[in-house]
Amino acid sequence: MSVPLALGPARPVPLSAVNPVAQLTAIVVVTVVLLVSGDLVTPSVLLVAELALLPAAGLTRPGDVLRRTWPLLLSAAGVAWVNVAFGSLDGAEAWVSGATWALRVVALALPGILLVASTDPVRLADALTLHWRVSTRFAYGALAALRLVPLLAAEWETIRLARRARGVDGGRNPVAHVRLLASTAFGLLVGAIRRGSRLATAMDARGFDSGITRTNARGSRLRPLDAWVVAAAVAVCAVAVTASVLTGAWSPALS
Amino acid sequence: MAGPVPGTGPVQHDGVGPAAVRLTGFGFRHASRRAWAVRDVDLRIEPGQRVLLAGASGAGKSTLLRALGGLLEPESGDVAGELTVDGAVPDRRRRPVGMVFQDPDSQLVMTRAGDDVAFGLENTGTPPALIWPAVDTALDAVGFDLGREHATAALSGGQKQRLVLAGALAPRPGLLLLDEPTAQLDPDGAALVRAAVNRAVADRSATLVVVDHDVEAWLPLVDRVVELLPGGGTVEHPSGWRPAPLRMPARRVHSPGEALLTAQAAGFAYRGAARPALAATDVALPAGRTLAVTGPNGTGKSTLALLLAGLRAPSTGRVVASPALTAGLRRPGLPPHRWPAVELANRIGTVFQQPEHQFLTGRVRDELSLGPLRSGAGAAQARATAEELLERLGLAALADANPFTLSGGQQRRLSVATALATAPRVLVLDEPTFGQDRETWAELVALLAEQQDGNRALCLVTHDAAVVTALADDVLTLGAPVPA
Amino acid sequence: MAEPAVRPSDAAQGAPRGGWRTVDIVVTAVLGVAFGVVFWAWGLLWAATGPAFGAFPPGQAFMYGVWLLPAVLAPLVVRKPGAALFAELIAGIVSALLGSAWGSLVIVYGLLQGLAGELGFAAFGWRRYSWPQALLAAALAGATAAGLDLYNYYPDWTPGWMTTYTALIVVSTVVIAGLGGMALTRALAASGALSSFASGRTRV
Repeated sequence: MSVPLALGPARPVPLSAVNPVAQLTAIVVVTVVLLVSGDLVTPSVLLVAELALLPAAGLTRPGDVLRRTWPLLLSAAGVAWVNVAFGSLDGAEAWVSGATWALRVVALALPGILLVASTDPVRLADALTLHWRVSTRFAYGALAALRLVPLLAAEWETIRLARRARGVDGGRNPVAHVRLLASTAFGLLVGAIRRGSRLATAMDARGFDSGITRTNARGSRLRPLDAWVVAAAVAVCAVAVTASVLTGAWSPALS
Repeated sequence: MAGPVPGTGPVQHDGVGPAAVRLTGFGFRHASRRAWAVRDVDLRIEPGQRVLLAGASGAGKSTLLRALGGLLEPESGDVAGELTVDGAVPDRRRRPVGMVFQDPDSQLVMTRAGDDVAFGLENTGTPPALIWPAVDTALDAVGFDLGREHATAALSGGQKQRLVLAGALAPRPGLLLLDEPTAQLDPDGAALVRAAVNRAVADRSATLVVVDHDVEAWLPLVDRVVELLPGGGTVEHPSGWRPAPLRMPARRVHSPGEALLTAQAAGFAYRGAARPALAATDVALPAGRTLAVTGPNGTGKSTLALLLAGLRAPSTGRVVASPALTAGLRRPGLPPHRWPAVELANRIGTVFQQPEHQFLTGRVRDELSLGPLRSGAGAAQARATAEELLERLGLAALADANPFTLSGGQQRRLSVATALATAPRVLVLDEPTFGQDRETWAELVALLAEQQDGNRALCLVTHDAAVVTALADDVLTLGAPVPA
Repeated sequence: MAEPAVRPSDAAQGAPRGGWRTVDIVVTAVLGVAFGVVFWAWGLLWAATGPAFGAFPPGQAFMYGVWLLPAVLAPLVVRKPGAALFAELIAGIVSALLGSAWGSLVIVYGLLQGLAGELGFAAFGWRRYSWPQALLAAALAGATAAGLDLYNYYPDWTPGWMTTYTALIVVSTVVIAGLGGMALTRALAASGALSSFASGRTRV
């Protein structure tokens, strides 16, 4: 299984032209509306809009979409199943409730996936530090940590194989499986902290802690397009809520 | 001593000129240790000189480099004597220092090549207009020609390390410090990095201090060799000095016995990969013989080791164990990758490239008795096996230490010992001598030579030609990857 | 040569004392990222085991502590003001990006739980990092999480269930995040991984 957070320079896709802070603003708008809504119509409309953006994020092949969204789909399926099988409602109502929750989960998380697919994390850190005045030390420090994720995924597999070579596997005993999982995770954490410490030393050797105000070689420009993207997000949300109210489905969850 | 003044403006980038280094009775002790990491070092390095810093593992070479780079934190230990660079205590805020460490993946921060080289320039407040010309100059200086937009994750180890070097050179440091820059690279990658260093310091615009386990390869590039002694102090080697030849083990050559393990057209491809990680391969491991698997990166050497070790299922062909090896198995018909882990460890021992991946306990002693205990030996017998291995490998003094805290060479010996604790007939080792100094190398090779006498079959995956000479009876060279 | 005069090294000029060093930032972020992945997996487990508590939903709270582990672990490891907040926030963001059943709400949870955990260490002036601070931070973060849950998801529960739920969460976080966080820090220190931190330093 590949890790959807595997970060690289994103292939330039149409959405990459949108400044990351504009994307984040749009995400906040959509998120607030989704959290307030408790019906089936609002997430459905927003989800359609989000799905329409998949090609703009370079996600046209089903395989690519699945590679990015499998953890999300797993979560959504879990939520739906719990609601249908164990909710207080019966029959069709239970299915509606399950679908509402599942759609909401997908609609909430998909914007983040579009962001990750279309945005180089370095450009995100640039935008956050230049436009939103986020601390450069924390932004680029977190960026460096995030870069370790794909390395850790490969390391997990190696540690698992190394455990087997030492004569340790779970066999048929579920408790042994849990212990093996915990020991593998601990091994991974130790490796991650060591690697993070080495990375920090290397960053300091390159003046990361110099105390001098950091400059930015790439810059981050806000253009009219960015305002339009935020406006479009607001407009789609308005359409979704209007549709929901007109169909009589509107029932705010957080009131 | 003048204290630091934070934020005193950007570092000068018009080139500060090569640095002069002076050490007088210098010593450093890490806060977590009672022993001094370095002590009594007296050394003068003139501007533009190129110095190779030699010395056994644990002599404090890395600590000394960090001190020169101003990287030892105030709370991290105690200092003795004086250390100055251009007459002042090393201060990264005022004067850039270029530093390159072992592992390229622990040094790259950005996702694109050019951005990563720019990182150090941004940190020191270089005006954006001056950054890209400096980046291009640095990339050119190391001969990196893949372009600024190249993804750092898609580079080979040697190329990554070359990029790290460019990043270190971009702020035009007066002092370039290299800490085992080629230890984690294959021979091609190491040669690439040495060529880049040579090119970058050709104009003597920076003083160079390099630490590397492969002393011989650096000799043509340096003016001086200074050896750091483990007990403190230094020795200057005269020009024309050569390191003592590698100690080759005495070993007996055995005639091939029964083939214990055979790969029959075994190949491996990751799901969805365009071409296989390992093309179909035939190879046998006869008892009493040692096979070395060599070849360039990307030909599937490590993958072959995993198949033979019963850790991965071949996606084509098969791996077959002989009846001698499967004796005692409940279901002897199963291929090795389906054996229960305990049975596997009793029959095929594997040593991974990174020893710490294999450690499971908090004490060296427990690490060695774990295998025997799991395969059903009594506590007394397991303890006896552990004690015997501790003695034989010279780890007895460390019996109660945490395996993760051992030095690289000690970890390596321990990981071999853990594989031996269950007395497997087949031993598979992935790059056993990777990044080891000469002393550890000799100890390891001697240990492996001993294993050849027990009618075992050994399989070594290695880039190290000296190991092949020292141990191998047979050599399998995997060919260049065939384009699909 | 005679024993040289020894002084603490001030040869290097890092960030000022007490401030965040680069290694503090990177390692806290690494812990956050690692637990972000754990959060996502734990969310799946939470959903999968939910039905088992059909008869008494507040009972599931005993699994809660894992979600507050970074808010205790990170300060114990790096010993800097704000570590709980930074780690918990990063973990929330990563699990939201992976696709959490609670969507971006986990980021808000991360923020508030991190702040609550921070209080446990702030109460001691961010000077002591041991059992009392770990347990207090865990308990406070747990109580905050319980409050958030009751407000967001279970406003119609009876006061009895609400009390039970809160009590169970606090017990769970004290055990898993508090005691577990201390145990994990000690195990990490024993492995030598914390040699860059005061938490991993004892003379050997």
